[in-house]
Amino acid sequence: MTQTPHISVQHLNVHIADQHILKDINIHIPDKSVISIIGPSGCGKTTLLKSFNRLLDNTPDIKITGNVLVDKENIYAPDAEVTHIRKKMGLLSQRPYPLPMSIYDNVAYGPRIHGIRKKAELDELVETQLKATGLWNEVKDRLNASATRLSIGQQQRLCLARGLAVGPEIILGDESTSALDPVSTAIIEDLFISLKEKYTIVLVTHILRQARRVSDYIIFVYMGKIIEFGPTEEVLLNPKEELTKEYVKGYIS
Amino acid sequence: MRRRKLEELFFKLLMVLATIIVAGSFFLIVGTIFYKGVPYMNLDMITKTPGGGFYIGKEGGVLNAIVGSLYVAGGATILGLLISIPVALYINMYMDGKRFLSNTLRMAFDVLFGIPSIVYGAFGFLIMIYFGIRASLLGGIIAVTLLVIPILVRTLDEVIRTVPLELRDAALSLGSTRWEMAKVVLRQIRPGIFTAILLAFGRGIGDVASVLFTAGFSDNVPTSLHEPAATLPLAIFFQLGSPVEEVQGRGYASALILTIIVLIITVLSDILIKKYSKHKI
Amino acid sequence: MNIRLLKDKLLSKLMLVLTLASVSLLLVIGIGLYYKSIPILQKLSWGTLLTTSVWKPLKGLFGFFPFIMGTLWVTGIAIIIALPLCLLTALYIVEYAPARIKRILTPFVNLLSGIPPVIFGVWGVLFIIPLIQDHIAPHFVEFSTGYSVLAGGIVLAVMIFPLIVSIISEVLRTIPQELKDASLSLGATKWETIKKVVLRKALPGIVAATVLAISRAFGETIAVLMVCGNNAAVPHSVFDPGYPLPALIANNYGEMLSIPMYDSALMFAALLLFIIILLFNIISRVILARLERKLAA
Repeated sequence: MTQTPHISVQHLNVHIADQHILKDINIHIPDKSVISIIGPSGCGKTTLLKSFNRLLDNTPDIKITGNVLVDKENIYAPDAEVTHIRKKMGLLSQRPYPLPMSIYDNVAYGPRIHGIRKKAELDELVETQLKATGLWNEVKDRLNASATRLSIGQQQRLCLARGLAVGPEIILGDESTSALDPVSTAIIEDLFISLKEKYTIVLVTHILRQARRVSDYIIFVYMGKIIEFGPTEEVLLNPKEELTKEYVKGYIS
Repeated sequence: MRRRKLEELFFKLLMVLATIIVAGSFFLIVGTIFYKGVPYMNLDMITKTPGGGFYIGKEGGVLNAIVGSLYVAGGATILGLLISIPVALYINMYMDGKRFLSNTLRMAFDVLFGIPSIVYGAFGFLIMIYFGIRASLLGGIIAVTLLVIPILVRTLDEVIRTVPLELRDAALSLGSTRWEMAKVVLRQIRPGIFTAILLAFGRGIGDVASVLFTAGFSDNVPTSLHEPAATLPLAIFFQLGSPVEEVQGRGYASALILTIIVLIITVLSDILIKKYSKHKI
Repeated sequence: MNIRLLKDKLLSKLMLVLTLASVSLLLVIGIGLYYKSIPILQKLSWGTLLTTSVWKPLKGLFGFFPFIMGTLWVTGIAIIIALPLCLLTALYIVEYAPARIKRILTPFVNLLSGIPPVIFGVWGVLFIIPLIQDHIAPHFVEFSTGYSVLAGGIVLAVMIFPLIVSIISEVLRTIPQELKDASLSLGATKWETIKKVVLRKALPGIVAATVLAISRAFGETIAVLMVCGNNAAVPHSVFDPGYPLPALIANNYGEMLSIPMYDSALMFAALLLFIIILLFNIISRVILARLERKLAA
């Protein structure tokens, strides 16, 4: 952990109604690497992920305290501007949710709302991002077709391209491969590994094999608390905490 | 055991019978209207306005009422949409985290939906007196707009709630403002908007009590908002009250026209729902 | 960037205004109608207005009792006819009907709900009136024109079919299969399960549907007006004509302005309708919302 932290979480507490979902989270997420958040279902993994780009704001009866610093800027500060924070982070959800428009417009959507209007510029951006996600050759002849015509695996890569097109620094993945077939999963995993040169990638996953394959660091969350955080091999093969040991043993033989 | 089985059979038979009566009432009504209306139906009915002596059985048609109804229902639907779309968006997208408030609002619109059209008509009339508007196309549109707003809001609200939250998250995480997210959602629910339009239009074109005191009646096709406008349901009502048999017959034919229009609208909305689900996830 | 945020802010304010304006309609209508009813309320008390039977506008006598009774008769008949039929239909559609028949039936309920009130009225005049006059009434009374509270009730019953069927079916669908399975696996027949488990669970929903249907029937104007006979006397049998409140308003609006107090009296009638329907609607919506929350939890 020699890199400068990209996301720093300080004393983050999240309550929804009368449930304490995240309990005093403190963590520094390093720059330009893949970090996996693991833990049993319902432990608060997804809540933690969504707290990074303030997608929790819309949840009914929610109370959030503490700080999350992204590039040293507190995103929960009262004067923080949400759309600018969210633009820094691309989100890849469990299932692909293409916007109700064409393949081209899906990728161009973000750049357009952020002020890019020139056709040539947009064309280039769309091509670059579709190439980055390995989709270009598959869709270059039908860019104006509805995005929903693509296969689920292609849709997920399109969603990734769409997220990259706004020029984020961080990619957030919420069990992004859980709806995909093994081949598409492998493609997405490879993409994550190659993208970490340019981006910080935070993934929520319940597949330990996947965490091991793609990530540099692992965060183990249990009952709303961070139990262990460290380099992948260390956490998975030689955990310090008893809870981690049990959890890891249950999955890896 | 036999007695229990017999009891079940008996009630099952009752259920089938009840279902036949309920579903059959639709055929009975449409059948009656066709049976009585068809003999009096002719091209003049839908292409001509009432001629001199129309109300004692001489020539003419109800074009004035057909066009008037289309104007009133169309105007009210458009006006209603301009109000209801923002309202439905606001309840769903700008009130996140305030569930109690948004649910209270939903209930208020449900209650507004239950207010009978005669009350909207009476209230519309009060508004018109207040602003010095005489019975006219404009008055009719105002009253019917009040009537269709709850229908539109309720339908749109229901449709918006079917949009997966993840789609909104997707738009937000690209840095969209809530309004930009709302536009994405609007695209997603386009077929639902059509359904809402047709529902509101269908209700608006068929309602009498709301236009009774507000739209007035005229034998001419209205050419401005301030002229009184005939409406089809009202024309039916008036013609049916006539002692002249020929005029009554035209009332049946007018009823047939209205029934056909409304049936087309209902069937169309069913088809549109299926056809426009191109971008459906 | 700032322009986008500004646009979002402005639009959100605009939407808020529209939302508040349209929802406050509920209040504004009530206040408007009350304001217009003040003249008659200053002259006659609520008690007098609601319980006396003499309706002579020219002499300044406004007794609403016959109209209230007319409304109650028509509504009562409609509910008595519609509720059992609709309950059985909903049970059949949800619990018994094969998928194919379900698919055919649902559109008809939809189509029926789309038919305009005036068409129900025309149908009433053409079909129900002769039916009562020639085939039903002769068995019970010496003479009837057919224009009666019974005709109004039947027409109304058919009009509220779709409303009751759709609400009750919706409530029935929310009853968990596990609950039914539990009863079935104890050896109960399907009908016994429905009788002892399903109906008991669905009772609040059925009550809510009924209350909602009553309020719908209360306010229905034109169809009832066309078949009810419109005689300002308290009906004593189903074959007597009646004169429900909405019909009173609709029939007299044109001529009222020349007679003092008349318009105020009619606005009072509208206010009365508004208050009753508002209460009934709120009651049923609260029941339904509770039910939804309970089943969601």
